[in-house]
Amino acid sequence: MSGGVDSAVAAARAAAGGHDVTGVHLALSRNPQTYRSGARGCCTLEDSRDARRAADVIGIPFYVWDMADRFHEDVVDDFVAEYAAGRTPNPCLRCNEKIKFAAVLDRAIALGFDAVVTGHHARLGADGLLRRSVDLAKDQSYVLAVLTREQLDRSMFPLGDTTKAQVREEAAARGLSVADKPDSHDICFIADGDTRGFLADRLGEEPGDIVDALTGAVVGSHAGAYGYTVGQRRGLNIGVPAPDGKPRYVLSITPVTNTVTVGPVEALEVSTVSGERPVWTGGALPDGPVECEVQLRAHGTPVPAVVTLQDGALVASLRSPARGVAPGQAVVAYRPDAAGDIVLGSATIR
Amino acid sequence: MAYLDHAATTPMLDEAIEAYAATAREVGNPSSLHAAGRCARRHVEESRERIAAALGSRPSEVIFTGGGTEADNLAVKGIFWARRAESPGRIRVIASAVEHHAVLDSVEWLVRHEGAVATWLPVDPAGKVDPATLAEALDDDVALVTAMWANNEVGTVQPVADLAALAAAAKVPFHTDAVQAVGQVPVDFAASGAAALTVTGHKVGGPVGVGALLLGRDVTVTPLSHGGGQERDVRSGTLDAPGIVAFAVAVETSVKTQREYAARVSALRDALVAGVRGVVPDVIYNGDPVDRLPSNAHFSFPGCEGDALLLLLDAQGVACSTGSACSAGVAQPSHVLLAMGNADDRARSSLRFTLGHTSTQADVDALISALPAAVERARRAGMIKSSR
Ligand SMILES: Cc1ncc(COP(=O)(O)O)c(C=O)c1O
Repeated sequence: MSGGVDSAVAAARAAAGGHDVTGVHLALSRNPQTYRSGARGCCTLEDSRDARRAADVIGIPFYVWDMADRFHEDVVDDFVAEYAAGRTPNPCLRCNEKIKFAAVLDRAIALGFDAVVTGHHARLGADGLLRRSVDLAKDQSYVLAVLTREQLDRSMFPLGDTTKAQVREEAAARGLSVADKPDSHDICFIADGDTRGFLADRLGEEPGDIVDALTGAVVGSHAGAYGYTVGQRRGLNIGVPAPDGKPRYVLSITPVTNTVTVGPVEALEVSTVSGERPVWTGGALPDGPVECEVQLRAHGTPVPAVVTLQDGALVASLRSPARGVAPGQAVVAYRPDAAGDIVLGSATIR
Repeated sequence: MAYLDHAATTPMLDEAIEAYAATAREVGNPSSLHAAGRCARRHVEESRERIAAALGSRPSEVIFTGGGTEADNLAVKGIFWARRAESPGRIRVIASAVEHHAVLDSVEWLVRHEGAVATWLPVDPAGKVDPATLAEALDDDVALVTAMWANNEVGTVQPVADLAALAAAAKVPFHTDAVQAVGQVPVDFAASGAAALTVTGHKVGGPVGVGALLLGRDVTVTPLSHGGGQERDVRSGTLDAPGIVAFAVAVETSVKTQREYAARVSALRDALVAGVRGVVPDVIYNGDPVDRLPSNAHFSFPGCEGDALLLLLDAQGVACSTGSACSAGVAQPSHVLLAMGNADDRARSSLRFTLGHTSTQADVDALISALPAAVERARRAGMIKSSR
């Protein structure tokens, strides 16, 4: 229970459904001071109090579990290392994979619980298939697609058939004071939203060249290649205009030479995406190509594709080219379905 | 429910509840001059006399406060300020390393904001202060010494009279936090030699939010709060007549019944300890086996996290405590267990069970029957954590 409205309603629904529910708030900040003084961002004293208050209203026990060390090793350090390697990680996805549905789940199982319930917007029904939420704008199946069969079998997402607006209404009807608490948006461990500043503090400044892919010319400089994401256009500070006068985008990041390569938007287009460490939960492992759709970033538009699993990799041939495919993000394969698009599998884009 | 957390707070005595309700039905500010005020004042002053008689002080030495925390703050900061005002070189505070946060954090606040210097008296593995360490630490620059009568976590009773005598010989005021001691062991303010003593209502069957600092007549304190000048001008604020009356009833009753209470509850505690050892043979019993509160049992459960055990026992209707928790509930290893020389994991693996006036054998039985499964599960959970 993060202290937000979603997890509060999820807990209330699980309890109302007859489950024996215990509320858990994760302490993820390594600095215990945050818990005394209440800094901005997630994991604050205020959030913890909101979560506790919600648990009290629902009438369930509530505990704070200190996962700060695990979170720092598995999520924050990984986040920094991924950027340093020129990739663009999704920390929420990593947190689900390593913390919420691993460290927390394992501990819960050992303590005698059956499952972890969260307020994620996704459907997980009796058929065991993970589907998009009915609220497509709030759908979080993308960040849950990393979960394995074993993890999904021990998970419950009671909000998947409800829109966010309905969740808020229900929270108000249940007397939960978090009903109108604003959604959290930013990366929870970067309270001020300044990702580049956060990375610069940890990785230091490392000036390097911005190179034009077409001409090979140095067209600008940067203070650290980790500050860039494939597909990024803004904030490049390129002094030399492109010969064709068109805007330039980040095409790739090469940590070895500390180079950011830029080029025209067409050069961003890819028609094959391959991912490592694949997970397949949408039924039996396919032995041939699978017609489906793939989503290549959080809130990205799905693209029709043919997916194959080969040699421990997931390869997606896109029916139409996609832009801004960033290594480190997940490629998630969905099968369109009237009862909610089904997550087939996922992998980390390389 | 098996409530085994009486050191956190214990149920109010029926007599105290009745006294509270009766007084609360009356009107009157004890500072008012009219008949209603006089009546309220009589209640307060009678309560002051009853508390003084029960705890071996003079009525004028009883300063009512809003509980133990306030009394501790008043003693530590108030005496520090007053002593430093008399002589600017007196900036040292000597305190035991196992104090409650109300004392500990007050001392640390003085260090951070008032230029105080703290000397923390170490404790032995049982949690006890050696008076020789105080003798060594005393010097001309000491503003005050503070050492609790009995520890709230492990129940160890300190050699308070010896410590007070050493401080008195050095002409340094000695404060003792007796919140956990009153009603459990004999407490006599005058005989103890202390200059100031903290007591609170809700640990003796009185209400929460009312307590007292017993303050020797010759001890000056600088007030923390200013206003109407109540309580010797040391603690301003309208006196809480119903709370004070109920507090007095609880102190009087708990002191009067202390001997038979201690005999009954220590027998129950010993049964609890034997029962826990029976089902968890490798359990470690913390604290002093002899100089100990009759109601306290404190253990480390190797391989378990106290947090996990608490959750599991709570789910079985057994209420206990891990000792210190901060406001958001992130457990820090107890400073008391660390001061006793324990490693972090032993500190984190500990649980406190405390009995009280409503405890029965059935409470102990409930714990003993819930414990084996809880320990087994907590061990499984503990293993996961350490294996990654
Ligand atoms: C030793 C000790 N001192 C002080 C206090 C604080 O007393 P109160 O809760 O009345 O503020 C407590 C209670 O938690 C205590 O155990």
